[in-house]
Amino acid sequence: MLDLGPHAAFILWAYGIAAVMLIALIGWIVADHRRQLRRLSQLEAAGVTRRSSKKRARAAVKQT
Amino acid sequence: MRLANPTNFMALADAILPWLIALTAALFAVGVYLAFFVAPADYQQGETVRIMFIHVPFAWLAMMGYSLIALSSIGSLVWRHPLADVAAKAALPIGASFTLLALITGALWGKPMWGAYWVWDARLTSVLILFLLYIGLIALWQAIEDPSRAGRAAAILAIVGFVNVPIIKFSVDWWNTLHQGASVIRLDGPSIHPSILIPLLVMTAAFTLLYFVLQLIAMKAEILRRRVAALQAARASGAQASPVAAG
Repeated sequence: MLDLGPHAAFILWAYGIAAVMLIALIGWIVADHRRQLRRLSQLEAAGVTRRSSKKRARAAVKQT
Repeated sequence: MRLANPTNFMALADAILPWLIALTAALFAVGVYLAFFVAPADYQQGETVRIMFIHVPFAWLAMMGYSLIALSSIGSLVWRHPLADVAAKAALPIGASFTLLALITGALWGKPMWGAYWVWDARLTSVLILFLLYIGLIALWQAIEDPSRAGRAAAILAIVGFVNVPIIKFSVDWWNTLHQGASVIRLDGPSIHPSILIPLLVMTAAFTLLYFVLQLIAMKAEILRRRVAALQAARASGAQASPVAAG
């Protein structure tokens, strides 16, 4: 076990709070990204698409 | 300019993110090992010097994050770069978190060294102002519904607020303060012994990479959010238009 001296509590609190806050920040950003991906795929599944997607689809049909 | 296209940016971000995440994790593993098992206790500050390995990166990234937001704001206002607005907005919660962590870890380092968690000196107060600027910018984005108007208002505030960044950097030179002066970026070289400087630099590199990983994911989420909003608007206008068309 590391001996962090008489001020060990301050060191452990600093690292502990940093770890908890960073894990929460990472979790929040990743969850937000996944939520937006899900919402977009739900809309696209419902037939709502962007104009650029329609253009790409039309171009693909013309090529075939 | 190819990256100005959000679709190209998303593809590039998807390609580099796995490598960036792996490199970040490796640097953290090395950095934490060096910080706790290799770096010696400081001859004056004892073991509390280990707080420096997280406090200094948080403080640097708080300023770097705000500088990038100010730069993106110029890109948004002057060149109307489509990703500048996205980058500035995505950086806000990340920068605010790193600034808050700099304040908290600084307080936990200050108590055993200075005898106080907080003093109203120039360095601490200017960093608190930086945190309030981040919060103000987040509030501004939330308060204005139209994203283009919100982006312009936030960009102006971000550029005006940038004046605080050099004040933070030079506050320890301009005013009397309990906070120590610059000890890494100095004209005559770092004043820290390599046994402590190297772990500090490794931890700083690790936190910087973490910052960019989070920035890329947050930018991707923001681009997707705007696409969702555009599709919902298109669906709503289609639903409104169809009864008229039918009639």
